[in-house]
Amino acid sequence: MSQTPTAAPVATADRPGVIDARPVRHPGRWVALLVILVLIAMMISSFMTNERWGFGDALTIMNQTPVLEGLWKGTIVGTVGAMVIGVFGGVLIAVLRLSENPVLRFVSFVYTWFFRGIPRLVLLAMIGSGVGYLYNKIDFGFPFGQQFASFLGLSSDFTFFTLNVNQFSSTLLAGIIGLGLSEAAYMAEIARAGILSVDTGQNEAAAALGMSRGKAMRRIVLPQAMRVIVPPTGNETIAMVKDTSLLSAIPVITELFYQTSAIGNRTLLIMPAFVAVSAWYLIVGSVLMVGQYFLERRFGRGFGTGAPNRRFMRPAAAGGA
Amino acid sequence: MSETNPAASTVSSGHSRNGANVPLVRAVNVLKSFHGVEVLKGIDLDVHRGEVVCLLGPSGSGKTTFLRCINQLESIDGGRIWVDGDLMGFRDEQGQLHHLTDKEVATQRREIGMVFQRFNLFPHMTALENVAEAPVQVKGMKKKQARARAVELLEQVGLGDKPTSYPGQLSGGQQQRVAIARALAMDPKLMLFDEPTSALDPELVGEVLRVMRDLAKAGMTMIVVTHEMSFAREVADHVVFMDGGVVVEQGKPKDVIGNPQHERTQSFLRRMRSDEQQEQQSETEAVDPAAPASS
Repeated sequence: MSQTPTAAPVATADRPGVIDARPVRHPGRWVALLVILVLIAMMISSFMTNERWGFGDALTIMNQTPVLEGLWKGTIVGTVGAMVIGVFGGVLIAVLRLSENPVLRFVSFVYTWFFRGIPRLVLLAMIGSGVGYLYNKIDFGFPFGQQFASFLGLSSDFTFFTLNVNQFSSTLLAGIIGLGLSEAAYMAEIARAGILSVDTGQNEAAAALGMSRGKAMRRIVLPQAMRVIVPPTGNETIAMVKDTSLLSAIPVITELFYQTSAIGNRTLLIMPAFVAVSAWYLIVGSVLMVGQYFLERRFGRGFGTGAPNRRFMRPAAAGGA
Repeated sequence: MSETNPAASTVSSGHSRNGANVPLVRAVNVLKSFHGVEVLKGIDLDVHRGEVVCLLGPSGSGKTTFLRCINQLESIDGGRIWVDGDLMGFRDEQGQLHHLTDKEVATQRREIGMVFQRFNLFPHMTALENVAEAPVQVKGMKKKQARARAVELLEQVGLGDKPTSYPGQLSGGQQQRVAIARALAMDPKLMLFDEPTSALDPELVGEVLRVMRDLAKAGMTMIVVTHEMSFAREVADHVVFMDGGVVVEQGKPKDVIGNPQHERTQSFLRRMRSDEQQEQQSETEAVDPAAPASS
């Protein structure tokens, strides 16, 4: 070990030099490749010869105005809206679940229990028809303000704002809120796992610096929890893209699947309509996967052996000791 | 590290509220148990301004627990702790104690810096952001000002060239020095060190101790839980030997370490000494043959 290394090590019989070895052979891989290629060839041939696939018609259906409107309003706006409600609601419920206040913990538990237990289809159908039947309108004001007012004979009944449920419950917004509330229950569990994954030493360090519990959660714990939260949230988002098709239960008809199948039924191009709607779902899902990659990179900073942050890199002298 | 240490101004500007004679930290009969097991059985300790106190003792003796009680990372079951005249964790209203709110506890902690055995740096922030975080978030300092001060503190701990590194890109010794800078950024009047070098590779211990030595020289009041006997001997004004949740012996380092009276202190120090000698021996053996080749 004490010998100074020479610039170019020379290989001799008793001092082996650079390694030149044959790689391990993998004949199985070539067989697998061959099988897959044959299957792909068969598939392409069937696409070309079986006219019932109707790819041309599918492309036309994909570009119909009602379909594009359904894609934009139902699928994209619906997913974004429901996930925004779901993520923020979920983090809030997770924080409540981990709070020291037993009342808040219980509220959070009941919320998760209820919304995780009810199928989304049922929930949306209930919001669409049931809630409007129970409550024609919802008045926002002081609790029991109307009862007080009639009891005391006051002119004002302390109502600030009235929501017409019959109209509202069949809108896209009502559907988005329904999906969002349901999603929040799932996101709460994901966020809780993320928060619990952060080392307790982080909370102690924040506390020792005089940070309040809330500030430590926002500044120190949640940003680190995001590393654990983001991947399953990507999963949830892609699932939500597909679950927006349930909006037709509200019924919201500016929705991708409803519109494509309507066209399919009308024109008897059933299968091309399915191809069209599948293609759109795959495209949206692919875009989301790219977004997830960048989010994961953003929240993974400082972890692993990644290169130093290039944006702020400067020629620093090596070794600080 | 020169005598014109930025920390020096920090310490001198933190003038006392209660005169110089009152100890900065006074602990009286501190009791603490975990699940029925008594960990601290009545600890008394006074730490005066500018003093460096080292807590020594075998593992499980309660020294880390006691340190954590001072800034309320652990709550105490009995006794009282005052820091700069403030009763920690409670408000005394005519003899009746009331628990402080979380916010009041946080305010008390602001003025006590803590350095952990496992550093506990914020891994998602750069070294600079780690140091500037608390002044901005807790004290409401302007971002620019906090960053400038953070740069200064990083230079003070010898890491002026690493502001943009994430903790994961730094060695253990560098991380611990960032952690010290992070604690100093709050301008504490008291620094607590919980075995700051125990998680470090032997060759990295020196750089951390050097920073702590400079800090002590600059007049910072420090309580240090440590196994580094030479550090305690050279730097400490006062050494406390704990075992089994009680203070067995305390006094000047030359008395407690040099001439221990109690049997338990003697046996502990003997064990430490033989470990140190073994380490030194193996180090010289390892270094010697490589010496001519090292550049």
